[in-house]
Amino acid sequence: MISVSLENVSKTYGDNPPTITMDLTIESGEFFTLLGPSGCGKSTMLRMIAGFIQPSSGIIRFGDSDVTRTPPNRRDTGMVFQNYALFPHMSVAQNVAYGLNVRKVDKKEKAARIDNALAQVGLAGYAGRRIDELSGGQQQRVALARAVVISPSVLLLDEPLSNLDAKLREETRVQIRQVQRAAGITGIYVTHDQAEAMAMSDRIAVLEGGRVHQVAAPREIYHRPATAFVARFIGRSNVLPVTVLGSDATTVTVDLPGGSRMDVPKAPDLRPSAGDPAALSIRPEVLRFTDGPSPLLRGTVRAAEFTGASVTYEVSMEDLTVNVTAPDHANGPQIGDSVGMTCDPDRVWLVQR
Amino acid sequence: MTVLDAKTTTSQKKPPSASAPRRRRTGTLSEKIGSDRFVYLLAAPVFVIILFFVVIPMAQTALFSTQGNGLASNYGTFFSGSSASALLLSVGISMASVVLCGILGTLLAVLLTRFEFPGRKALEVFALLPMALPPLIGAVSFVLLYSETGIVPRALHLWLGIPAASTSVTGIAGVLLVHTFTMYPFFYLSVSAGLAGLDSSLESAAANLGAGKIRIWATVLLPMLTPALVSGALLTFMISMASFTAPQLYNVQTLTMQIVSTRTSGAHELAAAQSTILSIVSILFLVSMRWYQGRRIHRSLSKGTQRDRAVSTGPVRYVAMIGSTVVSAVLLAPVLVIILVSFSIDSSWTTQVIPDQYTLQNYIRIFTDPRSLLPINVSVQMSLLATLAAALIGAAAAWIVARWKLGGKTVLDIAIMLPWALPGTVIGVNMVTAFNEPSPTNLGLTLVGTLWILPVAYFVRYVPLIFRSTGASLDQIDPSLEEAARNLGATPLRVLRTVTVPLIAKGILAGALLAFVDGVGEYVASVVIYPAGYVPMSVEIYNRIYSAEFGSAAAYGSLQIILILIVLIISNTLQRGRRTTKPRTTKSAALAAAPLS
Repeated sequence: MISVSLENVSKTYGDNPPTITMDLTIESGEFFTLLGPSGCGKSTMLRMIAGFIQPSSGIIRFGDSDVTRTPPNRRDTGMVFQNYALFPHMSVAQNVAYGLNVRKVDKKEKAARIDNALAQVGLAGYAGRRIDELSGGQQQRVALARAVVISPSVLLLDEPLSNLDAKLREETRVQIRQVQRAAGITGIYVTHDQAEAMAMSDRIAVLEGGRVHQVAAPREIYHRPATAFVARFIGRSNVLPVTVLGSDATTVTVDLPGGSRMDVPKAPDLRPSAGDPAALSIRPEVLRFTDGPSPLLRGTVRAAEFTGASVTYEVSMEDLTVNVTAPDHANGPQIGDSVGMTCDPDRVWLVQR
Repeated sequence: MTVLDAKTTTSQKKPPSASAPRRRRTGTLSEKIGSDRFVYLLAAPVFVIILFFVVIPMAQTALFSTQGNGLASNYGTFFSGSSASALLLSVGISMASVVLCGILGTLLAVLLTRFEFPGRKALEVFALLPMALPPLIGAVSFVLLYSETGIVPRALHLWLGIPAASTSVTGIAGVLLVHTFTMYPFFYLSVSAGLAGLDSSLESAAANLGAGKIRIWATVLLPMLTPALVSGALLTFMISMASFTAPQLYNVQTLTMQIVSTRTSGAHELAAAQSTILSIVSILFLVSMRWYQGRRIHRSLSKGTQRDRAVSTGPVRYVAMIGSTVVSAVLLAPVLVIILVSFSIDSSWTTQVIPDQYTLQNYIRIFTDPRSLLPINVSVQMSLLATLAAALIGAAAAWIVARWKLGGKTVLDIAIMLPWALPGTVIGVNMVTAFNEPSPTNLGLTLVGTLWILPVAYFVRYVPLIFRSTGASLDQIDPSLEEAARNLGATPLRVLRTVTVPLIAKGILAGALLAFVDGVGEYVASVVIYPAGYVPMSVEIYNRIYSAEFGSAAAYGSLQIILILIVLIISNTLQRGRRTTKPRTTKSAALAAAPLS
């Protein structure tokens, strides 16, 4: 088990400004996710950790040792590739054995470790199969077994579930966590699927345009997004443009679109002053319809989307649209109705615009 | 759990102390090279070999063309003398060949991929037969069939009383006949690959939007087939320019013919000037072809789907049946005539339509008379030697180019593909010029007059073949496979040995087999360079034709055809044995295998 730190790592292509800059530490033993839309630099980051891409500047450390210039074959990481990258000319067992052969593990121990690894991913009895005889999910598990059988110091996973169907994805992500915990390996996971990241990770780094927006536990990221981008990217959120009217130690008073005022919790590192533009993140399930005389927001229902347990309404205000998720019941608002909305101030979050 | 410590592992060539201070440095070069140093280490020797045997000899010829009476005089002679008209003739013949091959190849491709008619399956097989003809034997068979003393004019004379002279094909028409029937496969293969790759839903979409058949062809199919037609045209033009055997047999003074006759007459500087001009034309075509292919326009976004063939009915069915029988017969005739003549007694065939006396002696003599066996031994052994070297260098070069991340990749690529574009005649002249006597540029290596010049020339000619077939296999390997092996701890050399080489072995083997048969049948360069006493097989065939020993010449030819057929079958099996079978690769491999006349 080992920690991984990226100290001011950046990657520059040509004379352009750095496309990626990053400074973060992944704690030993944790399951850490790099989350972001495609093109955000998450895969590049993972490939830098694996040693396939050289950073333009900065230092990558595994524990205390600087591995920035260490070739990939001497970094002792186990990587699961997006397309699995299984050797098509080898059997399942030969694939899993590859890293052990390189490490000159003796025959007896090798056989035991292969059996154990295959059993762990539920593929005992598949040792002699050819790779093209396996389904996508099985191939993915062989790739996982091949990566963990060498007991690497770090397990790297590059969108390993993106080629699987939804049901298999959920089963496999549980399995990945089990295997990672059992082996006690630091796990670094790359994905663009925020639900997957939330379900699996100890901590998540949200990336966009090569920049880290926030590094925090899933719950924190969901409820207290650091930026408007994080608020929008994680789950669904209404991000309303607001103006700061004033603040004290724990709350900020803001002016909502439509003219209402609201006191919202203040993030410790936020130092707003009156007149600053800011953004208010309100989750759709936090907003609720009200018949009260002075609602926080007013609008007209434009659409209603029935999803089973709940209904998500699209409500248009002057020049923006908000979503409201409410439990489904018979006398809910109809399309075209004018509605008032309110919410619990403790469940909203003020972010920089 | 293994503790990772880069400082204590010392298997790398550089001592850790030397590399330690460099760690913080952010050089773009080392950044780009990253973990792929090995590629660049291997590139050096490969590049030196290509430089020494391909690039420098060509430069030597160019340099030599400025000597003697001087640059101005040599090129002045070129543009004022018969060479200029030879160049024009070559260009004219090549353009006509492109048109004729384009029509025949495209028609066959459309008919065979879009229509179902009696005899289609047989025609599909026969359409590829010209590929099995070695360049010299191909041209010889057309002379035996259609020249004034050939089978067809004599038969017409016998049965219909038409004078043979008026139905025979000679001179430029003869060259065009040979070109059309031996080079149309470039169009046939690329167009049928293009048609197979077309998504039939595009046509359905056009029809759905109200387009009729003609409009669909004009607005959808032809634009989509343009890349196939253009690459077919460029390839045909390049190979027509390089053609030597057909002009030699029909005595047409193209530029390749001029080079050989100028050399024979002793004007070596002028021959060098002629070679240089021809090289420049060929290189221009190679570069424009690479450029065109690099643009990758009009690609179907979805996977190609086989469209149902239109079934011919009624009277069309009978017309189609007769038509396909005639075309099949025409395509089959060259091979059949060579095999037939190979059993005829030498000098017995004079004025008859077909030979009237047959024997097995031609074959028996080849294998029992040491003097007759020698050409086979020379060709087989020299070709084998050249193939082994070409497999090593060509495969290494393909891997280097595929993994090269720095600039200059195109230069390396073109340097290796260069001999593929150069006419065999020019390669012969380059070899003779560069390795004639010890000099600093050839490091004292003299090959002229020795047996070694043959394998070296074959190596130069066939390195691109293996380079391409290996490159095609490499394209099918996901780079993440090599990364996965690196990630699991394998050194670059081990990755190459345990992952890359096993996966491309079939590609290398397919290319090597084709290089080997092409080497055995090689004529154009051999005729310029072969040393006294060691006559390669194809030169022997020409000599025997020249002395009217058609039987034994055709016997050698039949052996060449059989060898090519065996190799084509093996390489087809290799392709099919691949786990992911893509029909496209077979076609492109066949294209790469095109014999250069």
